[in-house]
Amino acid sequence: MALGICSTLAVTNRVANGIAMGLAVVFVTVASSVTIALIRKITPRRIRIVIYVTIIATYVMIADRYLKAYRPAISEQMGPYVALIITNCIILGRAESFAAANNPWRAFWDALGMGFGYALSLLIISVVREALGFGTLMGYPIMGRNWTPWVVMSMPPGAFLVLGVFIWTLRSVSKPKA
Amino acid sequence: MTLFAILFATLFTNNIALTYFLGICPFIAVSRDIKTAWGMGCAVTFVMVITAAVNWHVYHLLLVRFHVEYLQYLSFIIVIAAMVQIVEIVVERFFPILHINMGVFLPLITVNCAILGLSLFMVLRDYAFVHGLVFALGGGMGWTLAIVAMAGLRARLIFADVPEALEGPGITIIIAGIMSLAFMGFAGIVSA
Repeated sequence: MALGICSTLAVTNRVANGIAMGLAVVFVTVASSVTIALIRKITPRRIRIVIYVTIIATYVMIADRYLKAYRPAISEQMGPYVALIITNCIILGRAESFAAANNPWRAFWDALGMGFGYALSLLIISVVREALGFGTLMGYPIMGRNWTPWVVMSMPPGAFLVLGVFIWTLRSVSKPKA
Repeated sequence: MTLFAILFATLFTNNIALTYFLGICPFIAVSRDIKTAWGMGCAVTFVMVITAAVNWHVYHLLLVRFHVEYLQYLSFIIVIAAMVQIVEIVVERFFPILHINMGVFLPLITVNCAILGLSLFMVLRDYAFVHGLVFALGGGMGWTLAIVAMAGLRARLIFADVPEALEGPGITIIIAGIMSLAFMGFAGIVSA
């Protein structure tokens, strides 16, 4: 859970951004995992990282062009953080530890699960931040008329605090690993 | 905008770790003790300035000229991966002492989003070459400042009674939140 949090923090101030980011990550993870699994037998071991990064960057570029064309408002708000999916440790981590050693079919399901797990965390964090920071959900007011927005939640410190509490909750609920 | 304003802004008011969330993974993972944090910070600053210098030329002389700006992600990340490799070889060959100190961190830097993010922000804001260099220098120093401060705070944490589930990444992120609040106090002095 400590992996890939750079983009988590930056785009989760509104739910719409969180969802867009989550879906983009799912797409990139799945596409690049399958590609890497397909070429796993002809990839020279020594330069594999560069190859993986190039493949990931290509899919990120596709996702970014798509967002720019069909969701310009969201693309505008996320700015360069879409590009930072490239350096999201989760994708490279899965490529290195799973896709490089398994067939494309298994790599596909692994990437899908990983991607949606990540997207779910983004969704939860962005719901909390938008509700507290703006008093809205997807732009609709939900907190009643007398709600005073916690401005700090929509700003950088809020991202850290919500994520910290989120990890705390997760680790309290799940059994601590020995 | 003057060079000094850019430097000050990237160091304090727009610290890349605490307000742009760049390079947070190593920020959490490598901030266990001050010495390691300092080594990592120096390596990041060094690579950041070099890649910013190269990427500026790649973008303005190649991509803009042939109208393929959308290839920037791909070309930037390849430049970064290649530069990290070259820097590692050069440092190992000519500055062995430096290599002992920061060699282990160099391979990790390829996937440090601060490096890529900084190049992207530099292009986005349309900085001239010298401004871009100062931006990269300030960004690296700001990141170093944040990670060393964090390492110092975590050294004190040993004596604190942190709830079990909050230990490790949890408390580190909450500390980062409080640091980020403190850095917001600089806001309004200058803006980048």
